Amino acid sequence: MVVSVLMPALSPTMTEGKLAKWLKREGDVVRSGDLLAEIETDKAIMEIEATDEGTLGRILVAEGTENVAVNAPIAVLLEVGEDASAAEAMVAKALAPAPAAAPPVAAPAEGGEAQVPAPRPAAPAPQVSGDVDPAFLENTSSITVREALRDAMAEEMRRDPKVFLMGEEVADYQGAYKVSQGLLDEFGPMRVVDTPITEQGFTGLAIGAAFGGLKPIVEFMTFNFSMQAMDQIINSAAKTRYMSGGQMACSMVFRGANGAAARVAAQHSQCYASWFAHIPGLKVIAPFAADDAKGLLKAAIRDPNPVIFLENEMLYGHSGDVPVDPDFVVPIGKARVARAGTDVTIVAFSIMVGLALQAADQLAGEGIDAEVIDLRTLRPLDRETIAASVAKTNRIVAVEEGWPYAGINAEIAAMIMDTSFDDLDAPLYRVGAADVPLPYAANLEALALPKVEDVVAGVRAVTYRD
Amino acid sequence: MARATSRPRKARSSGKRSSRAKGAAKSARTAKVKTKARIEKPKESRQQLLGLYEGMLLIRRFEEKAGQLYGQGKVAGFCHLYIGQEAVAVGMQASIEAKDSVVTSYRDHGHMLARGADPKGMMAELTGRRGGTSRGKGGSMHMFSKEKNFYGGHGIVAAGVPIAVGLAFAHRYREDGGVSLTYYGDGAANQGQVFESFNMAALWKLPVVFVIENNHYGMGTSVSRASASPDFFRRGEPFGIPGHKVDGMDVCAVKEAGAAAVAYCRAGKGPQILQMETYRYRGHSMSDPARYRTRDEVQKVRQERDPIDHLSDLLFEHSLASAEDLKKIDIDVKQRVTEAAEFAVTDPEPDPRELYTDVLAEA
Repeated sequence: MVVSVLMPALSPTMTEGKLAKWLKREGDVVRSGDLLAEIETDKAIMEIEATDEGTLGRILVAEGTENVAVNAPIAVLLEVGEDASAAEAMVAKALAPAPAAAPPVAAPAEGGEAQVPAPRPAAPAPQVSGDVDPAFLENTSSITVREALRDAMAEEMRRDPKVFLMGEEVADYQGAYKVSQGLLDEFGPMRVVDTPITEQGFTGLAIGAAFGGLKPIVEFMTFNFSMQAMDQIINSAAKTRYMSGGQMACSMVFRGANGAAARVAAQHSQCYASWFAHIPGLKVIAPFAADDAKGLLKAAIRDPNPVIFLENEMLYGHSGDVPVDPDFVVPIGKARVARAGTDVTIVAFSIMVGLALQAADQLAGEGIDAEVIDLRTLRPLDRETIAASVAKTNRIVAVEEGWPYAGINAEIAAMIMDTSFDDLDAPLYRVGAADVPLPYAANLEALALPKVEDVVAGVRAVTYRD
Repeated sequence: MARATSRPRKARSSGKRSSRAKGAAKSARTAKVKTKARIEKPKESRQQLLGLYEGMLLIRRFEEKAGQLYGQGKVAGFCHLYIGQEAVAVGMQASIEAKDSVVTSYRDHGHMLARGADPKGMMAELTGRRGGTSRGKGGSMHMFSKEKNFYGGHGIVAAGVPIAVGLAFAHRYREDGGVSLTYYGDGAANQGQVFESFNMAALWKLPVVFVIENNHYGMGTSVSRASASPDFFRRGEPFGIPGHKVDGMDVCAVKEAGAAAVAYCRAGKGPQILQMETYRYRGHSMSDPARYRTRDEVQKVRQERDPIDHLSDLLFEHSLASAEDLKKIDIDVKQRVTEAAEFAVTDPEPDPRELYTDVLAEA
């Protein structure tokens, strides 16, 4: 019997990977548990084991091949004693529908059986820039958001010896999501500190270090775990400057992945934007594009206040052109017009900007010219840019990944009442998550999270195109 | 610690002046009933001992005045007095240097006074005036003095403990030889973040002294009703942190234990735990009627173990000070506290524009 070996999914968000190395050769006998190959994902290099026994009849994907889609056949196993020719039909069948290179994010699978869930891709980096000095744009390189964040930390650590990084798996492991890759080598264990799994404790410790004049960067593996440290962040980091009459400083950054990843269910899939944006004494940033990820993280590290920096795991692998100059910094508190338009304003942040841009492309085909605003900073909110856009378009759709109740969109709605009531030709429309804990089942998860069609529907509603 | 069982009641007007003011006159008699009195001659010089005496007396008088002002409605909110525990803050302060860092909980007046902060600014903070140390924005539980390396004044039980470990981390990061001190109570000792702090401090050998002030009650709950073991000094054992139990009513014993612990930390050997056996004479806060203990219990401690009486006894016993010497200190301390109170009730309230300042630093 012929068995095909498929490219495995090695993390909840993996859609493709590199077949780095074959550890068996064609003709080798394979036993269950034998190491077959090394697969490089965007997070790590992992070995895969055989789950069936037989002879490695045929290798379908040569080592060194990039972008091998999850579930693509990579080899064929023959039963011991079986002739290699027995595999030929299978091989032909296996090769036909499975190109080695898959699109970056898989399309929704048929029958609701999505191997790779939640098709919420990000669009390419937006072309309409904000208020960055154009001189910076002369020398850029295309890097991922992950690399942009790493470069931001490395540059600021070179610039200021008081800056250090701490968190779970940031050093030896090179980051649970590989964001801190290489930092331990360059800066050593005093400045790249692996912590025990003890969020309340190490957050309090970092706050104490900030009181003592250092500039800590605290990585939460994901912001879901920041809940354990919420008291320290709010009561100690955010309030102490005020409570001390301005004597005490707390210059530090809390950063990590925020929001839904993929198929990790309710306790690991939550957007904390509105939680933190509620608190005076904090600044809250949630970038989308790679250049903003770098420029804003650098600004956050330099800022004399506690800054919450919300990343998104789904965006880590996305690339964009990022200025190389170490002086490139994006100011906190400024939104970016990611796409200029005249008919409707779509405001979004983090991964939702990608949805908004896709929706805008789709709407252009229907003759609706949408302006997309990437909020970038949630506190302080760039009210001027939003209001100016609505003054022009007279319509607004607000998009967030989080829950609707008392969410960022609710704040945008209140703001619009303050600044733009007379400009509106339609009520503000909110697009957000379903008001439920995020479910695990692929179809339910997809239903719970905002989709491009939801944004399009919102725009149709405010433009009365239904 | 924002945990009140009821609305703040009007404090009893404390018409009865503390008999401690007359300590000098009474001392010979009270010394006889003491069970734990040190009779051997202290190692400290006369000058050092008088300094300790003055430090404790300043806290005692300051706290009594704060209590009075609370009764008059001039001080509001939650106000936790340190009366009875003075030897701990003063003895520990004598074992550290100016560059070292100190963090404590909401019962913070004593530690900040011991650190050398100006009583005027502190009293004005209690009354919520513009001349307060936090410009009237912090109040009793949130006192800070960056200048004195005093980092609060934390209102959430045990929240200051990991913060102090972070200050120790900063000392080591900068290699400035500094040590961090964190004070917390027997109630806070049961918080999870204390154990998280033990783990990291021991793991990274950070220079921090954990000072548990066991005053025997976490608000209204006695140690025996809240802690599986009263041996707080042993709680570092699983982490390899040495701990000692100290008579926290004996300022010389505190100083001696503090100096040894601080030297250990400063030598880079890691953290230490000191369990100070002490007692608070007043309620948990001003609104606490303290019905969970008898008046006799309080009186017995006051008569037999009072830290200020204890030191004056010692001074007399070894002819290190005369009644006149102490009287002079008494008068001086009283004068300072009176001036602080006068300032605190006459200083204007903060400018309304202060509402929006100090939320964020200018980037």
